[in-house]
Amino acid sequence: MSTNISQNSKLATGREIDARGPRFGALLTTIVLAIVLVTQSIELLAIQTAVFAIGALVGPQYSPYAYLYRKLVQPRLRGPLITEDVRPPQFAQSVGFIFGLTGFIALALNIELLFIVAVAGALMAAFLNAAFNFCLGCEMYLRGAKIINRLRSK
Amino acid sequence: MDAIYLLFLLFLLGTVFGFWYQQTRGRIKQAARSSQSITAIRVGENLGERATLLQFSSAFCTPCRATRTLLGQVVGDYPGIKHIEIDAESNLDLVRELKISSTPTTLVLDARGMEISRAVGAPKRSDVVATLNTIR
Repeated sequence: MSTNISQNSKLATGREIDARGPRFGALLTTIVLAIVLVTQSIELLAIQTAVFAIGALVGPQYSPYAYLYRKLVQPRLRGPLITEDVRPPQFAQSVGFIFGLTGFIALALNIELLFIVAVAGALMAAFLNAAFNFCLGCEMYLRGAKIINRLRSK
Repeated sequence: MDAIYLLFLLFLLGTVFGFWYQQTRGRIKQAARSSQSITAIRVGENLGERATLLQFSSAFCTPCRATRTLLGQVVGDYPGIKHIEIDAESNLDLVRELKISSTPTTLVLDARGMEISRAVGAPKRSDVVATLNTIR
């Protein structure tokens, strides 16, 4: 017998999207952030941060990278459509947004070390997702929830 | 250009980490012998007669769903086994006690609620079946 206990209504599946879309988005993000890290282009970082913002606030299926995926990649793919819950990639986009915004502010204020740390962090997460199907929400969310809970109870 | 070296280093470290991640996620590990019994009260439900697959999940976790489907199939095939899924975030005390830090984490419990083994990440069906076969 398989059961779920009452308090995990949060685990009920959210909206479904093509699982390969976010991974293609992560590949583009990796390339863009690698260029940002080398060139320190504030314009390009602003664009990437805006892409993160759309993915985080509206949903990863509405990001410009998802549009490119549907136009260029999806029509060429064969095999069964595998869908996934939209919430894990949306969580990853939110973390990306925080890192992107931090990097943007750091670059604008000429704080180079913070810029490098923020962009390198987002780049690593995107690269790991693209190359190894790394699940950021799996690794970060519970650890974060534990830390926040501990700070609150103090 | 320093940034090029940094980029190279990042991809190198990322690749090493990525292979480690793929190797370790989903692998079933034997529990330490001193593991404490997990009672039905802590879980909020009766345990399985023979064994329990206790899965900790979160909302922002893609492999949690695949794990849920897999474990649901396994309990359908083996009598006396129960699958219980818990939202890790709403049960942080239990999560701390059991030293769970990422999702999905699945604990294989025997009839007394003793932890036999655990898998971090989505386990393979054959591994789950193999560990269940060690429980009488």
